[in-house]
Amino acid sequence: MVNKQKVEPIGGPPSDVEQLKLESNYLRGSLTESLANQITGGLPELDNRLLKFHGSYMQDDRDYRNEREKQKLEPYYQFMLRVVTPGGVSTPAQWLVMDELADKYGTGSLRLTTRQAFQLHGVLKWNLKQTIQDINEALLTTLAACGDVSRNVMCNPNPYQSDLHGEVYYWAQQLTTHLAPKTPAYHEIWLDGEKVVDSLEQEEAVVEVEPIYGKVYLPRKFKIGIAVPPSNDIDVYSQDLGLIAIVENDKLVGFNVVVGGGMGMTHGDTSTYPQLARSIGFVTPDRILDVAEKTVTIQRDYGNRSVRKNARFKYTIDRHGLDWFVDELHDRLGWKLEAARPFTFEHTGDRYGWVKGKDGKWNLTLYVQSGRIADGEGYKLRTALREIAKIHTGDFRLTANQNLMIARVDTRKKKAVEALLQQYGVAEGSKYSALRRSALSCVALPTCGLAMAEAERYLPTLIDKLEPILEEAGILDEEINIRMTGCPNGCARPALGEIAFIGKSPGKYNMYLGAGFSGDRLSKLYRENIGEDDIIDTLRPMIQHYAVDRNQGEHFGDFVIRTGYVTAVTNGMNFHD
Amino acid sequence: MQLQVTNSPFTSEQTELINKLLPTLTDVQISWLGGYLSAYRMVSANTVTVPLTVNDISAIPTVAPVSVVTQVPREATILFGSQTGNAQRLAGRLAESLKAQGITVTLSAMNQYKTNQLKKVDYLFVLVSTHGEGDPPDNALTFHEYLHSKRAQKLDGIKFSVLALGDTSYEFFCKTGQDFDSRLAELGGERVTDRVDCDVDFEESAAGWIASVNRAVSSAATSTSSNVTTNAASASVEPNVVEPIYSRNNPYMAEVLENLDLNGRGSDRETRHVEISLEDSGLTYSPGDAVGVYPQNDPTLVDELISLLKWNPEEVVVTGKNGETSSVRDALLHYYEITVLTKPLLEKAVAFSDSDKLAVLVNPGNQEALRAYVKARDLLDLLRDFQPWTIAPGDLSTLLRKLPPRLYSIASSLNAHPDEVHLTVRKVKYEAHDRERKGVTSGYIAERLVPGDKLPIFIQQNPNFKPPVNPDSPVIMIGPGTGVAPFRAFLEDREELGATGKSWLFYGDRHFVTDFLYQTDWQRMLKVGVLSKLDVAFSRDTEEKVYVQQRMLEHGEEVYNWLQDGAHVYVCGDEKYMAHDVQAALIEIIGQYGGKSPEVAAAYLSELQEQGRYQRDVY
Repeated sequence: MVNKQKVEPIGGPPSDVEQLKLESNYLRGSLTESLANQITGGLPELDNRLLKFHGSYMQDDRDYRNEREKQKLEPYYQFMLRVVTPGGVSTPAQWLVMDELADKYGTGSLRLTTRQAFQLHGVLKWNLKQTIQDINEALLTTLAACGDVSRNVMCNPNPYQSDLHGEVYYWAQQLTTHLAPKTPAYHEIWLDGEKVVDSLEQEEAVVEVEPIYGKVYLPRKFKIGIAVPPSNDIDVYSQDLGLIAIVENDKLVGFNVVVGGGMGMTHGDTSTYPQLARSIGFVTPDRILDVAEKTVTIQRDYGNRSVRKNARFKYTIDRHGLDWFVDELHDRLGWKLEAARPFTFEHTGDRYGWVKGKDGKWNLTLYVQSGRIADGEGYKLRTALREIAKIHTGDFRLTANQNLMIARVDTRKKKAVEALLQQYGVAEGSKYSALRRSALSCVALPTCGLAMAEAERYLPTLIDKLEPILEEAGILDEEINIRMTGCPNGCARPALGEIAFIGKSPGKYNMYLGAGFSGDRLSKLYRENIGEDDIIDTLRPMIQHYAVDRNQGEHFGDFVIRTGYVTAVTNGMNFHD
Repeated sequence: MQLQVTNSPFTSEQTELINKLLPTLTDVQISWLGGYLSAYRMVSANTVTVPLTVNDISAIPTVAPVSVVTQVPREATILFGSQTGNAQRLAGRLAESLKAQGITVTLSAMNQYKTNQLKKVDYLFVLVSTHGEGDPPDNALTFHEYLHSKRAQKLDGIKFSVLALGDTSYEFFCKTGQDFDSRLAELGGERVTDRVDCDVDFEESAAGWIASVNRAVSSAATSTSSNVTTNAASASVEPNVVEPIYSRNNPYMAEVLENLDLNGRGSDRETRHVEISLEDSGLTYSPGDAVGVYPQNDPTLVDELISLLKWNPEEVVVTGKNGETSSVRDALLHYYEITVLTKPLLEKAVAFSDSDKLAVLVNPGNQEALRAYVKARDLLDLLRDFQPWTIAPGDLSTLLRKLPPRLYSIASSLNAHPDEVHLTVRKVKYEAHDRERKGVTSGYIAERLVPGDKLPIFIQQNPNFKPPVNPDSPVIMIGPGTGVAPFRAFLEDREELGATGKSWLFYGDRHFVTDFLYQTDWQRMLKVGVLSKLDVAFSRDTEEKVYVQQRMLEHGEEVYNWLQDGAHVYVCGDEKYMAHDVQAALIEIIGQYGGKSPEVAAAYLSELQEQGRYQRDVY
């Protein structure tokens, strides 16, 4: 298959995670034993690493960590479970299962992620297996929701072009399935499947357990998303492999392919940086599985397995060059991509409210703050959605902006859905300021082990303080993408926020400005390590300036570049310049 | 003869006191004092000062005067049945006092005593406590059973007396002592002095009984040489000849170093881990021992009492027998028990209540109603329910029991924490009769005691709950809830001593996340191998409640194998349910894996108990 190597894969000793994967016997490790240990609610670090491939990782409530240590109690270990829902689509029956699990084993809320997946938080070790079994019984899975594999494939929920959605969603499913790990470990550990270890070694010579991934899987996670212009809601340029649907004469003719995007970086390490995916051509739909598979195998063979923070696909491409990659891909495919076709992106945010699709059915996009499905005072979102799920005959679609679409509602059911929303105090979103509707944040504290500062719990408060400034400036309805993450790994894609905050330490953030409104330009560091007062003092004059001096239709991200607050980032590799 | 400052080594104050005392003494008292003083010198050789109070007389060996030649019996046997060590300690005191009279004393725990020796006995003295629903302590079980069986031999000619320890707030107050007393008489024994039933503030009555016994013996005595033989459960059963400076009667004011809640946020329980300094106290302890803590009553409760009675809180009242005084508020805070109602208290209270209802309640025909009334009620309820009262602050001393110390199993090893002792105290809190009730001591510790405070404590040895002498012996420890405290001490000590025997802990509570007491300590001990196995049961985490005994049954075969390998089994914690269920589980395991009938399995366990391989510290 590969008959020439134009470049050498990067050297260096494999990281301990690589060693772990190698020795894990296709993701088994000692997970079964560690799960059975009753003395700790946690897992040893190595098994926790493996657990990610199974769609979960251990967290602890960091609010409790210090006091529990004094109390001679281990950290409040709990598990986050992520459910793979390609394109964010789930049936009402699946919704009800997730809703029930949130109460039974979780913390009573569900979270919609920035990659259109469900997350359950606070699952105790003893309940993990049952929860995973229940999820699988609902025909969902957690396999490969995390880990060094291809993740949940995103696609636009598309309330307008309902005919296109079906087709694009189909490919999102196909890609997810095609790239899912094939190891029987998941089945064995969680679903009481037959152990196939005994026959494994004999079979291995004949049948490859992981024909795409091999024994050590990928060097790092791999993200795929499909955008349907004019919406770039899934931030196609943030994906390792992005597909842009090309529609001609109302027909899906294929996809432009972009490669090598990614958000994550490490504070203080300029060898790490966010990067945008770059276009390499066009393929027809029937060939995208092949393109995806070969792209994944190139990253498998050339990705950095020595230094994990430099292991994402973007670094592989930047190290060897885009031309090298295209050549390598063409070699592996045995054919060449066509030239990219024209398209236009207009925005990345969701469009709230009711929209009638071409199929005559109604779609409602609901604003969900930080993707958190929970009941609050006078705002019983979770209850409302549960009641809707009981009568709904269409589907639910999690959006890339952590909102929710109640899709394919019969005209006759529309009134009932509206009544339920009203009964439980849920507004679809247009009553919120444009800033709030466009906000994105990751979970961060207290459960995320990586968080250095608050995000989900704090961004709404910050927006409370920014709204009066926007109102005073008369631009409350102006859409500005604002994003916040607790660490630079970038779950809420801050490098694509027109205004973005990345946590440094409790209450302190780096502030970034100037990303493209439609997700086509990275943001730039503007202020380092500032707290709330500085954030507001910095933004107030800038917002006032924008209100007065902006050009017709000029977005905030473009304005701060034109007026010199920051310079435009033209390539991730000069993000730190 | 009149003592003068000039013809004696005494100060004028001492001279005056002595001269005041001497003319009032009878001949017997004078000779008794002679013996007492020589013993006093022995005892105080290692101490600084020992105040001579009525209470303390019993702490000192009672000695017959050397100059008086009387008829002394050759032999006396002292048997004790003790759970927390009080009866045992008192038995030791009695032994010392008799020995000083020149009597050969056999001192033994009841379960260590060979019953065929009974026929050789002249004098038999029994000291025994009562537990739960009138049950004998563990080490009295077999003897109690033997004596009440048909096999029991006649005891004609044996002279005996019984000291019973108990708590009047329990229905079957001193029942075990009463059992022994009546049974010994039934078997032909002759009481040399009447049984004394002691309440929780037992020191005075016990001292009185010891003195009576000594008098009874000395009046019938003949002179012989003395020799004490002890025949007790283990080496550590040796009675203390010398009481430390600080004791139950003279508690050490220990500084509290740490007081934290072991239950994580969100728990419905509160368990305090209290670290206490023993620095300079000279107090020592070994694993299995307990600390006695003198609490303070809840000031809110005290103020409510005072206000209900319309007393002046500053009014001075006499508290101690020696005329010590304090304000009535302080007396109620520090000196009297106000949270427990007992039958004797209600009987005495009739005299001060103008309500007829109280007199009716204590009428012998209304026993059931009285029992129901005193349950979960306190002095404030009594005062509210039977108004009006004619009680004056000075009447408190007749009405109320002294505030007893509360014993807590020690949760630390002195070897691991020199100069410190750690306690594990679960706050008792419950709602009854429309009021929130709190444990006196646990409430005090949880709500008012802060690091830096001084806490009056003493060490209560518990020779009946000791790790195996052989460090290679395997140990199985069953200690759910705060019952796990002594096992932290056991394991810390084994770690310090480098014990190599296997160890297995069964622990349980309600919730894994919040109620796993000392979780990180156990995790560390497992890691370093001090603890070989740990099995846990959290009753409220699963739909079906699971308890430690289920975990034991699940591992029944291994438990049995450990027993066969010589394992010692320790149970600590709740007596009523847990200890009972654990015992049933042990018998089931022995039966199932040893191929024994339930009777034989029970006998196997009794055998272990007699060998000191099945020890319990239950409450």
